This record gives sequence, structure tokens and C-alpha cells, in this order.
Amino acid sequence: MSTATADHHGPARGLMRWVTTTNHKDIGTLYLLFALIMFLVGGAMAMVIRAELFQPGLQLVDPQFFNSMTTVHALLMIFGAVMPAFTGLANWLIPMQIGAPDMALPRLNNFSFWLLPFAFTLLLSTFFMHGGGPASGWTLYPPLSLQMDAGFPFMIFAIHLAGISSIMGSINVIVTILNMRAPGMTLMKMPLFVWTWLITAYLLIATMPVLAGAVTMLLTDKFAGTSFFSAAGGGDPVMYQHIFWFFGHPEVYILILPAFGIISAILPTFARKPLFGYSSMVYATASIAFLSFIVWAHHMFTVGMPIVGELFFMYATMMIAVPTGVKVFNWISTMWRGAMTFETPMLFAVGFIIMFTIGGFSGLMLAIAPADFQYHDTYFVVAHFHYVLVTGAIYSIMAAVYYWLPKWTGHMYDERLGKLHFWISTISVNILFFPQHFLGLAGMPRRIPDYSVQFADWNLISSLGGFVFGLSQLMFVWIIFKAIRGGRKATGQVWEGAQGLEWTLSSPPPYHSFNQPPTIK
Amino acid sequence: MSTSSRWCQLLSVLFGLNTGTAIADYALNMTQGVTRTSQAVYDLHMIIFWICVAIGIVVFGVMIYAMFRHRKSRGVKAAQFHESTTMELVWTLIPIIILISMAIPATRVLLAMEDTSDADMTVKVTGIQWKWKYDYVDTEAEGLSVISSLHPDHNEARQLGADADLTAFGDTYLLDVDNPLVVPVGKKIRFLLTAADVIHSWWVPDLGWKKDAIPGFINESWTIIDQPGVYRGKCAELCGRDHAFMPVVVVAKEPAEYAAWVAEQKQAAADLANSADRVWTKAELMAKGEAVYQTNCAACHQPNGQGLPPVFPALVGSAMATAEDPAAHIDIVLNGKAGSAMAAYRDILNDVDLAAVITYERNAWGNQASIVQPAEIKAQR
Repeated sequence: MSTATADHHGPARGLMRWVTTTNHKDIGTLYLLFALIMFLVGGAMAMVIRAELFQPGLQLVDPQFFNSMTTVHALLMIFGAVMPAFTGLANWLIPMQIGAPDMALPRLNNFSFWLLPFAFTLLLSTFFMHGGGPASGWTLYPPLSLQMDAGFPFMIFAIHLAGISSIMGSINVIVTILNMRAPGMTLMKMPLFVWTWLITAYLLIATMPVLAGAVTMLLTDKFAGTSFFSAAGGGDPVMYQHIFWFFGHPEVYILILPAFGIISAILPTFARKPLFGYSSMVYATASIAFLSFIVWAHHMFTVGMPIVGELFFMYATMMIAVPTGVKVFNWISTMWRGAMTFETPMLFAVGFIIMFTIGGFSGLMLAIAPADFQYHDTYFVVAHFHYVLVTGAIYSIMAAVYYWLPKWTGHMYDERLGKLHFWISTISVNILFFPQHFLGLAGMPRRIPDYSVQFADWNLISSLGGFVFGLSQLMFVWIIFKAIRGGRKATGQVWEGAQGLEWTLSSPPPYHSFNQPPTIK
Repeated sequence: MSTSSRWCQLLSVLFGLNTGTAIADYALNMTQGVTRTSQAVYDLHMIIFWICVAIGIVVFGVMIYAMFRHRKSRGVKAAQFHESTTMELVWTLIPIIILISMAIPATRVLLAMEDTSDADMTVKVTGIQWKWKYDYVDTEAEGLSVISSLHPDHNEARQLGADADLTAFGDTYLLDVDNPLVVPVGKKIRFLLTAADVIHSWWVPDLGWKKDAIPGFINESWTIIDQPGVYRGKCAELCGRDHAFMPVVVVAKEPAEYAAWVAEQKQAAADLANSADRVWTKAELMAKGEAVYQTNCAACHQPNGQGLPPVFPALVGSAMATAEDPAAHIDIVLNGKAGSAMAAYRDILNDVDLAAVITYERNAWGNQASIVQPAEIKAQR
């Protein structure tokens, strides 16, 4: 590179910058924008669902289309919004937090992002094919999923592409963390966001191929005459569920472990006090990751397992409450006797702890197999996983965006609007999801477009909360847009109590974060 | 139920004007049900719920206290403590003890629920897109078979844009069927659950459980109902387009009434078997066929036979429904179409119903083709 000019470190010009970029910040931005778009598209589908459920009777959509709304809403939110958002955060933050100039495998990084727009265009294109979009629930249980028409192979291919993207992204994260840490940054000195992502990346590499295998078997069952999941040919539809949830349960921790890392970064900053129990946080994360592989069949208590199996999965699932509890107790101990202020990231973090814990309580209730025979496949489950995913995973992402946005853009966001966004979201999201506990307990099954009249009132309230929550996210878009355009200049430190290498860089940081490795005390 | 009345109701809720029956609509909790199992599940649910509430009060209490007292705006200076092995041990061990205290009653209830031994009678439950079939496999009801579909009135009201007055159905909207499952009280009934096409899940909240009905496999469950009554539930596992519209209705009767019901059903079955052997007139077939069509076919092919192309083909003017030879038409109704939502009706409908519905499809909405006799169905089975 002796002939290179001195300014070759800057980004390329024009649109091609974004297509050909190998820079961790550019790719992080692409991931986050993509996740935001998917969040809005998936959110629009949720609005269709809540609009149809606004009152009993069928008013707006055909039941088949309703089913594809619930299915694609879930696929977009999980694979298109939450996972890419966390990958975007990993891209932006991991090199800056471990004192590296970039990710270890920049071209792989570019490729893993650019698979995603194609994957999700392919998935959404099935709506325009013969028979419409997938409508068997995001879990794609056979034999129902095999009734899908022309779009079926396109949907499977879209899942494969998204899975390849995740696996490559995870390899990149692991290689970066294990090889590119600044001298002196031992594993047990890494920020928790880096730790949780390291563990998440291993979960992804372990489970995404399992999902790929499961959906490939669906594909051959439909087109190649195999009968992996058809009893008529010696297969078993329940085997699909075992394979799927062997992926699916670690997947739900993939969606929440990075959130734990984010909250563990934000709380000490705004409590102005070190994180309580750093090493037990690391061990708790690792325990949750381990347990996530041995609890999968709690999603299937009603399929008719042997009693020993039901007992095992019930006990193992209950055990997850222990490391999760350790995390919550450590966070509260971090807050205890701190000197707290409540800027927007802190509000979202506190909201996360309270509402994620509520989701944890309903999770513990669902773990109790005999009670699950009543809860299973009702709105109680819907309420549970939206508390852990919306007010859990998505709240942590919003907290992270508000927390690091000044670092990324060099501008402070509008604090007044940020707080307003938090309060409107938090009030409406509880109006949206809390009544769904009641609906489920009272006997309303999930994934239905029409319901008995006695469920009308809570559904109406839930829908109103949903419309407000959905629309209030446009505020989030506006706040981000405003901060990118301009605003009060951010210092390098940004937050008074912030600790960590990323805060030693300027805001916005240089294109290649650390050209010289920083020294770690 | 019109939109404006919903808004009025909402306003009355918000301003506390809600009185009387409407209060009952705000159901909050799980039913205690009508069996010992459902009561045990309810008790377990409440124990865990109250434990969670207690933990929540302590945890959120400490947190909220800290948020009010330990604020920078109150001039506090942050402490700097950050490790304590003792605390970590305390908040690992206490939850383990609480979990064990939850696991013990849960295990007891689970073991009791899974014990299907010593049943007095057995009913086979088959989930079919989108109806239930009940076969009585032993006792005096042996051989009886009931197909249970969403009640025709509800079926009409739930069509897209029907704009029917749903309050007229009271609390049973979408929870009523044409033919319920009838069982005696006080008997241990063993259920064998399976499915014909996709996975369904048989659920009556008052009995305290749901169990998946899986094609090609048989699941077991049981209940003893002590109180005569009508108990309603729904399919709980997403099973396709009309998943929301396949209710479960169980009618529990006193032994004498149950015996009378069985005798009546047996007589009806015998009459039906006789009628399959005679030649039917076109008018008879058309009248019966319309009823069968509305229950079994109209969900996809639509009451007017126009279908919902491209997924559900139209029957009006279709080559198959208007061909002079009805063999292909009979074949697709008997055996279904692989890889599509078209189910096989050979085990769902009897010869008379099949002949009637095929005749109806061939002669309704302007179609004009030959009629089909029950004997032809029998020959082609």
C-alpha cells in the first residue's frame, strides 16, 4: 500500500459507498436502518391484526390473510428487526468497545448485510404469488405449513438467506472479539455488551444450521417425496417441533442476551456507580445460554410427551429463573445508592427491567406444565412474549439508540421528545399487552381473526393501545432523523458517568475507530 | 355489533358508567372449571401467581424506593461498592428454594392429569379442517359417530362483512356447534385424540386442559365431569384459514338422559343406513345437499360457489362439476387433493350426504349436470 494516498481512509463517495463498504460503522448503520424499516413494516402488519380484532366479527380481512399477517409480522420482527438491530449495534460498538480499528472480516461483513434485503424482499414477494404469503404461524409447523402454495419455496429460501447472514455475522463477531482486543483487555475486562454478544454469536452458530435443516426437510417433504414429518410415510410431525424448538428456544435468548449487555452498560452510567457483580453477570449469561439448549420442549407441553419428558422440561425451564433473577438483582443493586438521573436511555432501561421482569413472571407461570395445559396457545402466551420482546428486546434497542446516538452522529438528540416518546410508548404498550393476559386466561386462543363477544372489551382496549404504540414509533423515527441532521454538538464523553473505550473517541468517532490500540489499565 | 356501539361502550367504560351484565365481560382470570383437574390447575395457577406478585412487590419496591431516594437531583453522592459474593449466593439460593416449593405441587397435579388408567368409556376425537369428529369406541354407545361443525347461524354471521348483530348470540358466539359431543356425568372418560389433516388442539377450559390432535398419532387424556351442563371451547392450535371457527361443545348429561340420547342416535343411524340403499329424487338430493354444502364446503368454495380464487377454486362452471361423468368429481370429494387444503371426505360424510352434496354442486348456481345416487358413492369408495 505504499502508493496509496494519505486520504484513502475516508469513505467512498455517493451511493456506492453503501453498497461496497467494508467499514464497521457504515455496515452498522445499514443494519440499523434496515431493522428500522422492517420494524415499521412488521408494525404495520400488527396494526392490521389489531384493527381486525378491534371488534368481534370479520370486518376487514379474510382469515387466510389474517393468518399471514400474524405469521409474517413475527418473521419480520424476529429475523428482520430485532436480530439485524442487534447485529447493527454489534458492528458499531464491538470494535469501539474492545479498542479495534474495525471488524475482523470486513468483506464478509458487507456480504452478510447485503443478503438481508434480498431475503426479506423474497419473503414479502410471496404475498403476490399464487396462494399468498405464509400463513401457518412463524413456527411453520407441518403439515399445515406444507399447505402453502406457490410461495413456499421462496419463503424457505428467504429463511436460508437470513440464516446464512446470521451465521456469517456471528463468525465475524467471535473472530473480532477473540482476536482484536486491545492489549491488556482480558476477557473478564470486556464490557458486558461484548460478552453477551460473544455468547449470543455461539448460540447463533449452534442453532441457525438446525433451523436450516428443519426448513430444508420441509422443502423436501413438499417437493421431493420425503416424509420426515408425515406419519403416512413413517415420519412424525412432532419431530419437526422438537427440531424447530431446539433452534427456537436458544433463538429467544439470542433476542435477549445482547439486551442484557445494553442494560448493563446504561445503568452504571446513569447511576454513576460501577455495575454490581460483573463476574456473576458473565456467569449468569453463560448459564442462561447453556440452559437454553435443554428447555426447548416447554413450547410443546400439549403435544403428548411422556411424563418423564414433561417433568424434565418443566424443572429445567424453572431453573432459568435463577440466572435471570441474578441479573435483575444485580441491576437493582447497581441502582441502589447510586446518584441517578433519568435521561431517555435510562428511562428505557428502567422500563426494560420492570416490564421484562413482568414477562419473566408470566414465563415462570408458563413453565408450570399442568397450568400450561390451560395457558398454551392463548393470548396469555401472546402477552408473555410481547412483554419480553417488545418491552424487553425492543426497549433495549431503543435505549441503546438513545444512549449511543450522540456518539454515532456527533449530535445530541432532542431530550424532551425522547422522554415524550418513552412515556407515550410505555403507557400505550401496557394498554396494548397487559389486557391480553386477561384475554388468555379467560379463554381466548391466539391466532384467531374473530372471537366470542365476551372478549370484545379487552380486545378493544388492547387495539387502542396498539394504535397509539404503533403511531408513537413514528416519533422515534423523527427523533433519529433530527439527530442525524443536526442538533447540539456532543462531546466525546457524552454522558457524565459513561465508562468504556468508545467514550474516549471523538463524537462522531474517526472512520477507523482505533488506528493505534489504546492502553487498558 | 356496529362500530358506533363499541365506541359508546368504550366511553361508558372510561367514565365508569358500566353496570350490570357488561361488568361480566371484563373476565380477568382463569376459570375454575367443573372437574377436579380444572380446580387443581386453577389452584396451582393462583399459588404461582401470588408468589410472583409477592416477589414483584419486593423487587419493584426496592427499585422504586431507590429511584426516588437515590437521585442526583437530591444531592446524593454515588456509593462505589460493586461486588458481594454473599449477596450473589443469597439471591441464587432463595429463588431455588422458592422454585422447589412451586415444583412440588406442580409435579403432583401433573402426575394425576396424565393417569388415564381405569376409564369407564373411551371417545376418539379427530380434528379435521375445520370440524371435530367424535367416535364412541366402547360401552353402549359403541359405533356412534358425531361430526361437530360451527353452528350454521354463527357460520353465516362470521362471514367477512356480514355485519350481523353478534350480541344476539350472547356469550356463545363462535362457541356453538350443530352436533355436540354428549357424555355422561360421573364417568371417567378417556379421550383418544388424533387428526385427519393438520395438527389441531382440543380444548375445553372448564375441563382444565388442552391436548394436541396430531395426524398419524394418538394422544390420550381424560376427564370426569360431575355437573350436567354445556361446556364450550375451541381449537387451540393454528390449523389453517378457519382455525377460529371450529368450536368444541361438550354436553354432560345425567346417565338416564345420556342413555336416551344414545338410543335415539342409534335409531337415527339405522334409518340412515336404510335410506342409502334406495334411489333418491333430485329434489331430495338438492335439499339435503344444500345443507351439507353450507356446513362443509362453503367456507372455502363460498356459499355462492364462486370460491376464493386462486386458493379455493370456483365450482360455478368448473369443468369437473359440470362433466357428464361424475367419477372425477366423486373422487376429489372422497379422497381430497394432495398438497392443497381440499380434504378427503370419505370418513367425514356418509354416502347419502356425499351423493347429495355432489348433486348439489353439479346443479346449483346454474350448473347443469347429472345427479349422483348414494349407491354410486358406495361403488366408488
